Amino acid sequence: MYANWNPFGELDLLRQGIDDLFANIWPTGYGRRSVFLPGRSARGYPLLNIAADDDEVIVNAFAPGLDPKSLEVSVERNVLTIAGEKKPLPGVKPEQYHRNERATGKFIRKLQLDLEVDEEKVQAHYENGILTIVLPKSEVALPRKIDILVK
Amino acid sequence: MAENTVNSGNVPARSEQTLTPATRERSRFLSPAVDIYEEAEGLVVVADVPGLTRDDLDINVEDKVLTLHGKMAAKSEASLISEEFELVDYFRQFTLSDRVDTSKISATLDQGVLTLKLPKVEHAKPKRIEIKTR
Repeated sequence: MYANWNPFGELDLLRQGIDDLFANIWPTGYGRRSVFLPGRSARGYPLLNIAADDDEVIVNAFAPGLDPKSLEVSVERNVLTIAGEKKPLPGVKPEQYHRNERATGKFIRKLQLDLEVDEEKVQAHYENGILTIVLPKSEVALPRKIDILVK
Repeated sequence: MAENTVNSGNVPARSEQTLTPATRERSRFLSPAVDIYEEAEGLVVVADVPGLTRDDLDINVEDKVLTLHGKMAAKSEASLISEEFELVDYFRQFTLSDRVDTSKISATLDQGVLTLKLPKVEHAKPKRIEIKTR
């Protein structure tokens, strides 16, 4: 239903398959899984969870610690674009780091929606590090019942 | 500061059968990405834990082991059609050095970013020695 072109999709699938295999062998979570590495992995950032019901599409983007002002969300021709910047920790010099897993940088992610959304009514809010975007389906996309005339 | 993975400790990595995970729960969890940096005052641990509120977080220190456990309260919508981020609990442990004053650890949470301040014990802080001249 939703196409999000990813040249590493096949690799990702393979990796997922291997991860699943290992998860089954060591069900308690052997092999740590880590996320939120913008720019360091082939996966898109932010990670998105997408849900849809009859009236709207809800997109949750997991992007903690952003300045909401730096976030840009736009919808154009049914392409949802999320852009922003994860800033480095202020005033910390590189040599002070013992461990630096939370990568920083600018990101942009586009999501092609396969249905018409009402661009005027799209809403977004940012809470607890999750950006939630609610995209109401446009009138044209809603299912319409067709009455059958009996003669 | 060393990190504990579930199979670390004294158990050799090969003997998976006998490993006792630090968490005895059989549930899956996610290891949050962290930054750790050092200041004159102590260490600062910054962890990404989106979706958590302060009530969901449980941070404790026991036997020099710092444990972060975040219960993911948010549930995914029933009509999910694509899930890249699994809503499971967060869990990660770190072994602290003796130089951390465990009684003075403080934590703040802002927009899914947890910041832990681990102050050094008094005698571990850098001290400037004044040179007296006569």
